[in-house]
Amino acid sequence: MPELKGWKEVPIGGIIDKPATAKEYKTGTWRVIRPVHQIENCIHCMMCWLYCPDQAIVIEIVDGKPKMKGYNYDYCKGCGLCANVCPKTNDKLPVDKRAIIMKPETEFQE
Amino acid sequence: MPEVKNRQAVTGAQAVANAMRQINPDVVAAYPITPQTPIVEYFAQYVADGLADTEMIPVESEHSAMSAVVGAAASGARAMTATAANGLALMHEIVYIAASLRLPIVMPVANRALSGPINIHCDHSDAMAERDSGWIQLWAENAQEAYDFTLMAIKIGEHEDVRLPVMVNLDGFIISHGVEVVDFIDDEAAKKFVGKPIVKYPLLDLNNPVTYGPLDLYDYYFEHKRQQIEAMKHVKHVFKQVAKEFEKISGRKYDIIEKYKTDDAEYIMIALGSTAGTIKYTVDLLREEGHKVGLVKPWVFRPFPKEELQEILNGRKAVIVLDRAASFGAEAPLYEAVKSALYEAAVRPQIGSYVYGLGGRDIKVEDIRKAFEDAFEGNLIADEERYLGLRE
Repeated sequence: MPELKGWKEVPIGGIIDKPATAKEYKTGTWRVIRPVHQIENCIHCMMCWLYCPDQAIVIEIVDGKPKMKGYNYDYCKGCGLCANVCPKTNDKLPVDKRAIIMKPETEFQE
Repeated sequence: MPEVKNRQAVTGAQAVANAMRQINPDVVAAYPITPQTPIVEYFAQYVADGLADTEMIPVESEHSAMSAVVGAAASGARAMTATAANGLALMHEIVYIAASLRLPIVMPVANRALSGPINIHCDHSDAMAERDSGWIQLWAENAQEAYDFTLMAIKIGEHEDVRLPVMVNLDGFIISHGVEVVDFIDDEAAKKFVGKPIVKYPLLDLNNPVTYGPLDLYDYYFEHKRQQIEAMKHVKHVFKQVAKEFEKISGRKYDIIEKYKTDDAEYIMIALGSTAGTIKYTVDLLREEGHKVGLVKPWVFRPFPKEELQEILNGRKAVIVLDRAASFGAEAPLYEAVKSALYEAAVRPQIGSYVYGLGGRDIKVEDIRKAFEDAFEGNLIADEERYLGLRE
């Protein structure tokens, strides 16, 4: 979250007076489960990228093709949609064969 | 005093529509509802005749009317509508949004009773239901004031320190349909007075993109409400400033409250709207009989003229408040506010509450005299609501 301003500082009427301010709104603070990318199992099909509601999937173009590079955890709110649509992630696959695994956020807390 | 060039006998609706023609707003979206209908009819005629180049949007409901006007105002247009009673109630949701988005929309309201049972006549329950919506409320006593306030409302609402919508209340039928003599300001002077729209954050300014109506949760909603509270605090000085400017072109003087024969008055009656005229007449009769009586009429009801009332009512013998609306399970709205204002008066007068005229019930000189007589006899009870013109 950006630092909160007082009532004298913000534009009237809740008006947002410049574009792309949603970037400042870090939905990652909401996350309770975290998707973890296991790149060795990923076929880079881009389903996760297509479905992610927060544009939190990090992509790199390599030789003209998109490659899934992991997550921007500032914006990933842990909805799990990516794991749900991932063709390399399902209940039948053992955990070490999945491309995306969901882990409790508590495991990452220091 | 400027020379009167254009004096006509018109209905209040015609007077208001003529003000709208002179304002020549960019957009008017409206749905007809009795007794507001003739305002929009006259105005639509002006547009059809090419006397106003307003984009007139006939919509399918008042909810849409207010929505269209909010959209237009957000885009940077000067936008107006008019309504009454159930139409205003149907707008309710968007009435709040107009104020919250800080859009200086001007809306004449031909005050009428809210259903049910169905009633089309004058009553203040429609406007009172919106008193906490964040709109400025001006109250007219007659067609002249309704015309004048419609012009003034534009400048008050659009002022940099205010940026709030304004409701111009005129009693349904009594003012909207009654014919009176009205002094119109000539077109050029009126146009010059209202000036060009003062636009803030227009949606159509593509070089400076803005977002209207985003999600505003617990992190900023409170701050935005505080800004609205502040804007309301600025209304009084802006009103006075606009009134002064208006006086120069019209010769007519307005203030937050009107005081009628109050200088030495021991007994003061307070009422909104057209009944103030009947009270003035009754005050004159009672004065002839030697009673020291007077009237205070709030021209501005929101923001509430608390300090002005405290100042004028302090030390009087009695204050009689007349309400044309009831508040079920509580005190009548004007009375409640006046009583609250008097809490800190150094010398608190006796005070009494009278509800009258619901659903268009006639209010007569005898009724007003009866309320005054109760006061003369010391027979006012602060916690008792009484009724004028009601059959027991």
